[in-house]
Amino acid sequence: MQNTDRRDFLKLAGLAGVTFTAGLFPGLEVSAQMAPDFHFVQISDTHWGYKGPANPDAEHTLEKAIVTVNGLAKKPDFIVFTGDLTHTTEDGAERRARMKRFKEIVSALNVKDVRFMPGEHDASLDKGAAFKEFFGATHYTFDHKGVHFIALDNVSDPGARLGDEQLAWLAADLKQRRPDDRIVVLTHRPLFDLVPSWDWTTADGAKAIDLLMPYRNVVVFYGHIHQEHHHMTGHIAHHAAKSLIFPQATPGTQPRRPPPPPFDASLAPLGTRDVSVSSTVTMTELPVTRT
Amino acid sequence: MNRRHLIALLIGGSAAGGAIGLARAAAPGEIQIMASKFEFTPDTVKVKRGEPVTLVLTSIDRIHGFKMPDFGIRIDVMPDEERRVTLTPDKAGSFVFFCDVFCGDGHEEMSGTLVVEG
Repeated sequence: MQNTDRRDFLKLAGLAGVTFTAGLFPGLEVSAQMAPDFHFVQISDTHWGYKGPANPDAEHTLEKAIVTVNGLAKKPDFIVFTGDLTHTTEDGAERRARMKRFKEIVSALNVKDVRFMPGEHDASLDKGAAFKEFFGATHYTFDHKGVHFIALDNVSDPGARLGDEQLAWLAADLKQRRPDDRIVVLTHRPLFDLVPSWDWTTADGAKAIDLLMPYRNVVVFYGHIHQEHHHMTGHIAHHAAKSLIFPQATPGTQPRRPPPPPFDASLAPLGTRDVSVSSTVTMTELPVTRT
Repeated sequence: MNRRHLIALLIGGSAAGGAIGLARAAAPGEIQIMASKFEFTPDTVKVKRGEPVTLVLTSIDRIHGFKMPDFGIRIDVMPDEERRVTLTPDKAGSFVFFCDVFCGDGHEEMSGTLVVEG
């Protein structure tokens, strides 16, 4: 699908947001045999269960976002949640209650191919035990229309490590790929050192990037920082998504990470993201509700 | 800047068992820091540029982390165990340290500042 077409149907649906086109697959030679284009939606950091001034509408934001996604003129092929589905609690029973309720709410999505990933709020206090009960594996792969997707778990270890075992699993998976395969990595925390003094990093993320570096067409989508952000490590693009709960400060603007800024709806701080994949990627940021 | 050439760093641990040294006075050149959900005590530590200092870390509740990226320091902070980090700050300023082991709802606010004077 051409970018202009994407904009057109989003406008028709009344959902036009900011569109960002990146040279997603710089090493890709476009051929007539290439699989058809598709699009998916990234939803991140819903933090179901959060209550506080950073989002006075926290109980309804997720439901409103679902209405927005269901209203897309062209239904996405699938939806991926990139972590922090629930807000943390030290009570294991409450954690499971939040995951159960979250699952009930997102069942209203009219796309049934939905992939889930954990964030540290879901998984770091019990090493992913409750998450696995409700959503399955915390790291996995799948293929869609010629693109290989790799979901990495950098949160079940409370020290924000992928760990040697998962890195070996990643290396084994990548050995099966050709250098020019299209690869999309999904994860929660940034794999690179975005702001180390704010703990916006993955302890051994550089090892994953090293493993990915020989592959020419790699892009990473992640969450955690509650805002749109774009960064390159070599030829690999990393795109952070907005949250559905509250914004975080702009990376590195203060020595210590400050608390969330006061909620200001006029800044459209919350949202989801539509990702159109072809020889390039086009990201369209979707506001929570119809405009 | 390659801080390995500038900072003498020693990380050590010792099982304290029972009455660990929380109440005793710190030895010369040592500063004791206690970790608990969700704070470091003290959360501001003053040292002098060019003078070696040993941070003696322990936790009173659960495992925490102590990370200070500006000096390339990170260690686990364990309950009932002292962990030592020795460094010689090579420049003045304020440097953030924080817990990097997710420990609960207040984890993201668990941080402090090393103030290097001179």
